[in-house]
Amino acid sequence: MEAVILLQWTFNTLLGLGLLWLASRALACPDLFRAIVLFVAFGLLLALAWVSLDAPDVALAEAAIGAGLTGALLLAALAGLRSSETNEKVAGQPAKEGPKVRPPQWLPVVVLLSVAAGLGYVVLSLPPDAVGLSAQVAASLETSGVSNPVTAVLLNFRSYDTLLEMVVLLLALLGVWSLGGTALRRETAPGPVLDTLVRLLVPVLILVASYLLWVGAHAPGGAFQSGSVLGAAGVLLLLTGWHLHAGLAALPLRLALVAGSATFLTMAVFTLLGEGKLLEYPSAQAGTLILILETAATVSIGVTLAALLLGSPPPNNKDHT
Amino acid sequence: MILIDYLSGALLIAGAVFFLAGTLGLLRFPDVYTRLHALTKADNVGLGLMVVGLAVQAESWTAAGKLLLIWLLVLLAGSSVAHLVAGGALQRGIQLWKR
Amino acid sequence: MNAVFLYALVGVGLFSLGLYALIVHAHLLRKILALNVMGNGAFLVLVALARRTGDAQPDAVPQAMVITGIVIAVSATALALTLMLKLTSETGRAELSDDQRE
Repeated sequence: MEAVILLQWTFNTLLGLGLLWLASRALACPDLFRAIVLFVAFGLLLALAWVSLDAPDVALAEAAIGAGLTGALLLAALAGLRSSETNEKVAGQPAKEGPKVRPPQWLPVVVLLSVAAGLGYVVLSLPPDAVGLSAQVAASLETSGVSNPVTAVLLNFRSYDTLLEMVVLLLALLGVWSLGGTALRRETAPGPVLDTLVRLLVPVLILVASYLLWVGAHAPGGAFQSGSVLGAAGVLLLLTGWHLHAGLAALPLRLALVAGSATFLTMAVFTLLGEGKLLEYPSAQAGTLILILETAATVSIGVTLAALLLGSPPPNNKDHT
Repeated sequence: MILIDYLSGALLIAGAVFFLAGTLGLLRFPDVYTRLHALTKADNVGLGLMVVGLAVQAESWTAAGKLLLIWLLVLLAGSSVAHLVAGGALQRGIQLWKR
Repeated sequence: MNAVFLYALVGVGLFSLGLYALIVHAHLLRKILALNVMGNGAFLVLVALARRTGDAQPDAVPQAMVITGIVIAVSATALALTLMLKLTSETGRAELSDDQRE
């Protein structure tokens, strides 16, 4: 039907133009708070674009992590920036020295236009029909243990990449912790509305996370989306003044953080010793093994994302600083 | 079957009209409090109409129930956040608009 | 079908805008925002090109890579923001110095 195709074209064009407009406004806005809010709105529009491109798993991950958690991290950093910048201004600082040689003003614009033109030409010269790897994925999907192709790729065919990604998350958290982190400004006495909201939402979020984990085997969902919802629940708790119980802050927290990477590494060692091939599951137990890996990964991702926002390692009984 | 399509189309368009009204309020109203009022009220009704328009076409009662749950969660989160934003604005001393 | 190239060009545009903002702005928080926009542009190109399969299901491998990319982008952003906060608390300005002397 011509009308439907025209409507789709209009929607996609408006969405694309809206993405470009929001991004340019967010990058050019003089007020940093407004720029961050525009960036979060840009992330939500991008989630709509993922849905329009038939990528619902990516849309779920983008809405939770790309728009939500990145926005929270940026706003927390802005608050920390404002407090340390005003301190230094009071103490008196040397005037900003300009660089000795200034490049011409038009040079970045030339770089922008040439990069855009070159990349655009390359992208447009690609063939409009390309099956890519979807044939191989579809052929091996029955032996993979799940029926969602994205979950099969993430947890079975390319599980080595997911193993490395768990380690990257852990390394980022280690980097943030070893820099000493700056404490997040937390609400010490949340009002009744915030208190009730968090008490109502956190159980619902845990339920939704478990549902996403389970349904990821045959519908859009999976470990990353579920972990990000758990991370959001953790962020909500942290921002309203909840403190991790001191007994849980030392060993159980560390165990939860490494659970994902440790389970993946154990699985890798077992498959290497068993059949000699790295991370190749026996197809009868593939579904169960994937569920075990996903559960460990969800816990790790959720705790790591909440800890990244918190910034500093929670105090345990040993150091009395 | 075509009647169901027309019904859900009409409900979706009605929801979109409410969203348009809320956005117009966001752009044109004079201060934070009136903008919050327009935004949350109009958007909640608009989302409710859209949810009904989609639930009419849902393939099972479970799917319609999930859509209703989405609307309830947005209602909860939207109104709480509006309260918190208004409280924060009052704390910063933003005055109510008086004509 | 042609929505593929529309979104791929939008992704190229986002990448270029982010690169321009990365070069031009001095404030570190703006640079981090620009890096995120560049990353989102690259993801958009990947997922748009994965949609070229026609009427069949889209190619799942680039979508899985983009999900991985989103998670890694957020962890890199968190580390970059912590580095920026440390720099600001040491020097008082959220910009890198152009001095030759140090």
